[in-house]
Amino acid sequence: MAKLKIALYWGASCGGCEIATLAIHEKILKLAEVADIVFWPVGLDFKYADVENMADKSIDVCLFNGAIRNEENEHMAKLLRDKSKIMIAYGSCAYEGCIPGLSNFYNRQLTFDRVYIETPSTENPKKIFPQTKVKVPEGELELPEFYDTVKTLAQTVDVDYFVPGCPPEEKTTWLALEALITGKLPPKGTVISHAVKAVCDECPRKKEEKKIKKFYRPYEIIPDPEKCLLEQGLLCYGIATRGGCGALCPQANMPCTGCYGPVEGVIDQGAHFLSALSSIIDSNDPEEIQKIIDDIPDPAGTFYRYSLPDSLLRRARIK
Amino acid sequence: MDNFEPKIVAFCCNWCSYAGADLAGTSRMQYSPNIRVIRVMCSGRVNPLFVLKALSIGADGVLVLGCHPGDCHYIEGNYKTMRRIPLLKKMLKQLGVEEERVRLGWVSASEGAKFAEVTDSFTQSIKNLGPSSLGHLKQSSKEVKHG
Repeated sequence: MAKLKIALYWGASCGGCEIATLAIHEKILKLAEVADIVFWPVGLDFKYADVENMADKSIDVCLFNGAIRNEENEHMAKLLRDKSKIMIAYGSCAYEGCIPGLSNFYNRQLTFDRVYIETPSTENPKKIFPQTKVKVPEGELELPEFYDTVKTLAQTVDVDYFVPGCPPEEKTTWLALEALITGKLPPKGTVISHAVKAVCDECPRKKEEKKIKKFYRPYEIIPDPEKCLLEQGLLCYGIATRGGCGALCPQANMPCTGCYGPVEGVIDQGAHFLSALSSIIDSNDPEEIQKIIDDIPDPAGTFYRYSLPDSLLRRARIK
Repeated sequence: MDNFEPKIVAFCCNWCSYAGADLAGTSRMQYSPNIRVIRVMCSGRVNPLFVLKALSIGADGVLVLGCHPGDCHYIEGNYKTMRRIPLLKKMLKQLGVEEERVRLGWVSASEGAKFAEVTDSFTQSIKNLGPSSLGHLKQSSKEVKHG
């Protein structure tokens, strides 16, 4: 059998997913036996032209991590889609927008103002912002256009599979790679993870009736190591998040933040968490309810930490 | 904007508010024709996701109507709604959506007149707000998959 041809690329991401692909440890040798990497700018020296010169559908699998926030991300996503038989949105950024997607609370100008003017370590008296074209003595230089709105990979090109996680756990990555190596592919559109149920299903903490009188932020309390974190008033996202990670964060005394995306069948993770969370508030008095809710300083940012671009509203409306 | 007729989705619970709407109808009460009633078994069935979905596909306002507190057919379904809507409004505000586009109200089966009044006053407040800017969202391939 001819070796599989694999491409890896990144859009707007932190680089963590690139490391996560290597976190399969010694299994990488197994991968190398059956696959050749034909494009991976982070690890090996490739140029855009190398991809452009490949025949259409000549790459078997493209693992694309990172969201789509500028012209270059979009161009490469489209190019790699044309060249690849299977396109995988690898990691939360490509799947749902993730942390880069939080800039959908702002627009390009507000983001530029913050980054190039307001940050305390920036001195920019001439208010210079990145331009798409600039003339220098040697000729004209181009930069890709920075978009107003961050998009997911599936909002940009047709995607075959999704691998959740920020970054995906080793076993999740291997589950996807194994499916590719053995050719036992799930139906198109599958979110590849060991679980379709919520993180709570894998979490060993003791769960009783959930009733919350006060929400806490993680620094405000030292949580009981045995008891459900949500029951202790921490905003643990496990109830609205797909499992498969092994509930690692709650076991380290940190509430789940929701990086594996929504459970099967849910289209808006944030709204779903909001629904579950607010219904366990222990009060029937509107004033007291309001007071308890006031303890959540940033509901939108918390509920959509990983999924704002993939949510029903996709972004905040800027007046 | 004088002739702006808002599209309003009203989620009415089966046991109280839908019966209230029915009473308004059978009593031939006049109320603004802008609302599209969707019957749900309980206002507690209204996942905030439904509200966002309605807003994202063109509703200018969403009304959630349930039994009065204490009167829920399922004992405490409407209390869940009472807790969800304020948090949803807080979140909508952060997303740049006017919180007035969502309203929670209690209408019993005998309150046909109140149903008409709530509908009228909500329609008027949405008319004052103007059209929603959310109704032009396209669906991605993933959303299509999930229906």
